[in-house]
Amino acid sequence: MAFYITYIVVAIVLFAFIALFTLFAVYSERKVAGFVQDRLGPMETGRYGSLQTLADILKLVQKEFITPSAADKVLFAAAPVVIFIAVFLGFAVMPWAPGLAPAAVHLGLFYVIAVISVDAIGLLMAGWGSNNKFSLLGSMRAVAQIVSYEIPAGIALISAVMIAQTLNMQEITLNQGIHAEAPALFLGIWDVGDIGGLLAWNVFQAPHLLLAYIIFFIASLAECNRAPFDIPEAESELVGGFHTEYGGLRFAFIFLAEYAMMFLVAMIGVVVFLGGWNTPLPNIGSLKLAEWTTGLGWGIGWTLAKTLLVVGVQLWIRWTLPRLRADQLMSLCWKVLTPLAFLCMALSGIWRVWVIGGG
Amino acid sequence: MFKTALHAFITAVKGLRITLAHLVGARRSRKALDVRKADYFTNQDGVTTVQFPREKMPIPEVARYQLDVEIDDCIVCDLCAKACPVDCITIESIKATDVIGKTSDGSVKRLYAAKFDIDMAKCMYCGLCTVVCPTECITMTDQYDRSTPRLADLTYSFAEMAPEEIAAKKREWAAFQAEKEAAKGR
Repeated sequence: MAFYITYIVVAIVLFAFIALFTLFAVYSERKVAGFVQDRLGPMETGRYGSLQTLADILKLVQKEFITPSAADKVLFAAAPVVIFIAVFLGFAVMPWAPGLAPAAVHLGLFYVIAVISVDAIGLLMAGWGSNNKFSLLGSMRAVAQIVSYEIPAGIALISAVMIAQTLNMQEITLNQGIHAEAPALFLGIWDVGDIGGLLAWNVFQAPHLLLAYIIFFIASLAECNRAPFDIPEAESELVGGFHTEYGGLRFAFIFLAEYAMMFLVAMIGVVVFLGGWNTPLPNIGSLKLAEWTTGLGWGIGWTLAKTLLVVGVQLWIRWTLPRLRADQLMSLCWKVLTPLAFLCMALSGIWRVWVIGGG
Repeated sequence: MFKTALHAFITAVKGLRITLAHLVGARRSRKALDVRKADYFTNQDGVTTVQFPREKMPIPEVARYQLDVEIDDCIVCDLCAKACPVDCITIESIKATDVIGKTSDGSVKRLYAAKFDIDMAKCMYCGLCTVVCPTECITMTDQYDRSTPRLADLTYSFAEMAPEEIAAKKREWAAFQAEKEAAKGR
């Protein structure tokens, strides 16, 4: 009985974290946008506008539910829930620190990728249920985009999994630091199992994983519908894309899912490629930096720091690059990213067999 | 295809460098706000936002913003109202029985200004009224910030006559006319 309470508490803590992160991310998004464009961003609500997003969410919570008369009532109401739950479930297997993960699932990575895909169904429900041409166009684009980009993203992840030889996210992380059970080889030659730090991260264990990470990062931008791949929302042509008809709390949940998705894909990238909760500081002789900075608190800190850094890069990219055209989007995915991801996977196989020497 | 993608990647990196420079540059605000200063165009870095009610852009002394009327100098000729392209000036005049005074530039005043309203919500700041005014009593000032929650506040009234005074002057003129008519009839 007691563990049911634990489950619920963990879920509530994660939800609270996602909500807080969304508030923070929307605020920083607006600030980054402001600074990039030589503006100040929100300044009036609270000190330096710090309470702006809180005020926004209060406004959204107070609003009434408006369902268009021509909408499919059931799909329209269910879509935000499906969208949010799909992303929220993904957090279940993410490792935060040594020994700290909501669920240590052996098929963790596979599960995350599978459950994120459900998001596409939610988007389609939202678009179809709204019975609005902008919504439908937006959701068609979203589904086409997400389904396409899952292929390079998935294959890039597989190429890392082939090196790590496990789908358990906790084990993938473990093998990128000083606690590694399998030998952690820097560039496949130098055993850095005792040195740890930056050198033992997957991107440095096999250099082609750096390319795989870039492929995954680009594909993950597309999967969370962010600029330059935000054609499903495309404010200037589709009003708001699939969430045109949504308002109030329903819109808030779609928004929450969007930012939770940003954090989730950033975190997957961090766990699989950038060492997860492992410290970037290596042991240097008697200076045991890696050992000093590995632990529960440190682990959460490093995970958060790395993930927020990646989220920061996502924001930075959004406010720099213009939106891709639909055909450019597809040709980038199918003609560039997918072949490169396959190349990475082939290299991983060769690396595994010839450099590391079997598994 | 890969060539295009590579080109896109390189140009994207270029763009990212520019935005990063702006992001970092946003720690300071733009120093030169006054366009009349010699260094205005060399100090273009940093945040351009001027947080308006608290900070203001420097404006020239001879700035031409909201209208002001020196009603004592007005001869109520109605030229400004006729010149106004958006008809934001409403003037009502009452004829006086005799010369009622002189403006500061020596023009003779023969009309009372019963009403001289300018609707600043309609005004488009073209300044045509100031051009046609023979006594230069309607001018543009350096005032631009008079925000108000009530639309009626934006109608500026410059006439200084009280309602009783207006009624009295009207009666006076009516009596004068009647007297004239009577004299003509005799």
